[in-house]
Amino acid sequence: MKIYSHLIASLGTALMLVSCGQQNKSSNGALSSSAAEKVYVAPGEQDEFYAFMSGGYSGNLTVYGLPSGRMFKEIPVFSQFPTSGYGYSEETKPMLNTSHGFVPWDDAHHPDISQTNGELDGRWIFINGNNTPRIARISLSTFETEEIIEVPNSAGNHSSSFITENTEYVVAGTRFSVPIPQRDMPINEYKSNFKGSLSFISVDPEHGHMDLKFQLLMPGFNYDLSHPGRGKSHGWFFFTTYNTEEAHTLQEVNSSQNDKDFIAAVNWKKIEEYVNNGGGTKMPANYAHNLYDESTHTATTTMKKEVLTVDPLKVPGAVYFLPTPKSPHGCDVDPTGQYIIGNGKLSADLTVHSFDNMIAAIEGEKFDGEAYGIPILKFEDVLAGQVKSGGLGPLHTEFDGKGNAYTTFFISSEVVKWKLGTWEVIDRKPTYYSVGHLMIPGGNSRKPFGKYVVAMNKITKDRYLPTGPEMEHSAQIYDISGEKMELIYDFPTHGEPHYAAGIPAEILAPKSKKIYRLDENKHPYAVLSPTDSKVVRDGNEVHVYMSTIRSHFTPDNIEGIKVGDKVYFHITNHEQDFDVPHGFAMIGQNTSELLVMPGQTKTSVWEPKQVGVWPFYCTDFCSALHQEMQGYVRVSPANSNVELKWSLGE
Amino acid sequence: MKTTIKISMMGLFLLLTFFISCKNGPQNETTDSSQNEAIINSENNKGQAFIADDESTPNVLQIAVGSADHSTLVAAVQAAELENVLVNAGPLMVFAPTNEAFDALPEGTVEDLLKPENKDALANILKYHVTPGNYSKDFLMNFKKLGQANNQNVSVEVKDNEVYVGGAKIIGSISAGNGIVHVVDKVILPPTQ
Repeated sequence: MKIYSHLIASLGTALMLVSCGQQNKSSNGALSSSAAEKVYVAPGEQDEFYAFMSGGYSGNLTVYGLPSGRMFKEIPVFSQFPTSGYGYSEETKPMLNTSHGFVPWDDAHHPDISQTNGELDGRWIFINGNNTPRIARISLSTFETEEIIEVPNSAGNHSSSFITENTEYVVAGTRFSVPIPQRDMPINEYKSNFKGSLSFISVDPEHGHMDLKFQLLMPGFNYDLSHPGRGKSHGWFFFTTYNTEEAHTLQEVNSSQNDKDFIAAVNWKKIEEYVNNGGGTKMPANYAHNLYDESTHTATTTMKKEVLTVDPLKVPGAVYFLPTPKSPHGCDVDPTGQYIIGNGKLSADLTVHSFDNMIAAIEGEKFDGEAYGIPILKFEDVLAGQVKSGGLGPLHTEFDGKGNAYTTFFISSEVVKWKLGTWEVIDRKPTYYSVGHLMIPGGNSRKPFGKYVVAMNKITKDRYLPTGPEMEHSAQIYDISGEKMELIYDFPTHGEPHYAAGIPAEILAPKSKKIYRLDENKHPYAVLSPTDSKVVRDGNEVHVYMSTIRSHFTPDNIEGIKVGDKVYFHITNHEQDFDVPHGFAMIGQNTSELLVMPGQTKTSVWEPKQVGVWPFYCTDFCSALHQEMQGYVRVSPANSNVELKWSLGE
Repeated sequence: MKTTIKISMMGLFLLLTFFISCKNGPQNETTDSSQNEAIINSENNKGQAFIADDESTPNVLQIAVGSADHSTLVAAVQAAELENVLVNAGPLMVFAPTNEAFDALPEGTVEDLLKPENKDALANILKYHVTPGNYSKDFLMNFKKLGQANNQNVSVEVKDNEVYVGGAKIIGSISAGNGIVHVVDKVILPPTQ
């Protein structure tokens, strides 16, 4: 062992290895000219795919193009968004109502695009709010949030919002088990008292309206991620679980004691039948259902008071547990519906279960005990294979539709390509750094578009010019059209994308709405003709019926407003021309601006506190005479008798 | 024992100071922060391990690199190309055998493991020294076993108030930016699968 005495006892040598020794090496390798050509979308040209990335703690959803990595839009979902006035305008405030009151933020996680026959149909995209459990539906013609439903009896709404292959249901599973119904009880009585709810929210096939059809009340594990069966396994839903130990403290240790947790296989068709035949127990609940009506441009909140719960033991044959090693995170189903992949985040290996094996084991009643009465299948009986990649910390898997799967490894910071059926590793490429989820357009459907994979990383460090301690997350695009993956681009993403959904541009772009038709505007305060503009006093409430057109407000002079009034500006944008919004902002207003799209009406409240003549203006550079687009409001003392009047051009 | 740890910590501190000053190169003694940039120059030397950062608490790799008692371990980590794993967000708990511990292996073992054809076997052994987690020596007394990064479990035993992991005694502990390094007196060999 003496040879080691000469091996670097000195630090200087060791340091060379880390920081001083690399400078003579060359070639970044990543951005060869062919890679540049692959991602280059020339000025005026458009991208091949839309990518919808969850905004994580931004609460929103961002829209990008692939392969350019250009961001097109941030769609406000669970967070107030001053850019457009979402959550600030009177029309959209109800979107953020919950049983806890107005909650202006959430942690948006897993977007999923609606499907028909297991293929992306591009009607809607759904996303879950993780913190105050909610599911949102976003229109893919207006790219606006149309509906948010709160999920009762849930906490850490994480194994969500994944849809079945005909968008029959959007499914929302709880990460944290809780007392159901909520009650005052000691935390250390968690075990066997807390429950985990798996919610099946039906989606109206015509309008997309969501309704909480039933909640399956499962043992008090953590339900981490989920995916629908498809093709042959359509009718089933699969959920990874961890903390089957039912620990309530120091989970980082106590939830990792069991060598295996479970994937819960739920036959939702069977439960649906049970429920349709009158099964289940109605339980009092309180949750918000917020629905935005495109014709009135207004959202309303309905508080729902009841939920139908299902005890899995009452529906024999509906729920089974598939043992899966090491606190599995991602739960992914291949395009054929045959393979269910559990990504054991503390393991080096991937566990692949076979749907056929699962059915055979169920039919043969080959059980390995039960957990709270739910049969556990034998690991060996359901296992199809294991992928021994040598990577560390597998999290998520997507598919290219050509028989290959791609798995992210957080700790070893890489994407590994492997073959379904033989489980052999075909390629591996580093990510920069510590990748969470990955996305192939349609990669969670029967028909993936296996041209690119996007790796969404948790750690950015030195990838871009530094911006202080806080940085946007990094993403990398790999060309997966060949046998080996090729890193072709690297771009920052907004918030923390936990997942993304991609779709070919040709499916969405043609039906993207350009304007709202003014003659279809049913907003109760809309002004359909400038001659209808008016100001109406009702006690100390004043309603301003205002219209906008390039380049003025009607009216633009208002007098007779008093300190202590509550002034509602109802602004209808009379433009019927693509991409000509008008903005509205009032000096000293305790809220955001409004950005009003052509044909739309939005309302902003102002409570003037000071006497004077106060200007408002258009915040969007709408036209050559945008700087002239302004007006004045005269505010008189509370006891004044200045007459209410309004005008334009007098 | 305490003294030893103190000395090694002191040494580490000095070494780290050296580490920081080295970065700008000997020709450039006056600090120019614009040069504190990542050094990512070749396929094999890319990734987080090669980012220069003199502000954060040293990570487990930097601690190992900075310790004269762990030069064999560092050489092994480099041979197995595991540098980027050890700088990951983790958290990572590394049981770091000293040079003496490697020297105690049968003659020729280390030389064999360092051969390129044995890279996987070496990586397997090294990963058996890494736990995804970050627990102090005292806290480790609560465990019977730990799940290691190579997918095998290692035993945890307490004898005379000392903690033994896979039979190796923890003789010192150093907190890292991304976890903790427990210095151990033996190389922990994974059970054959």
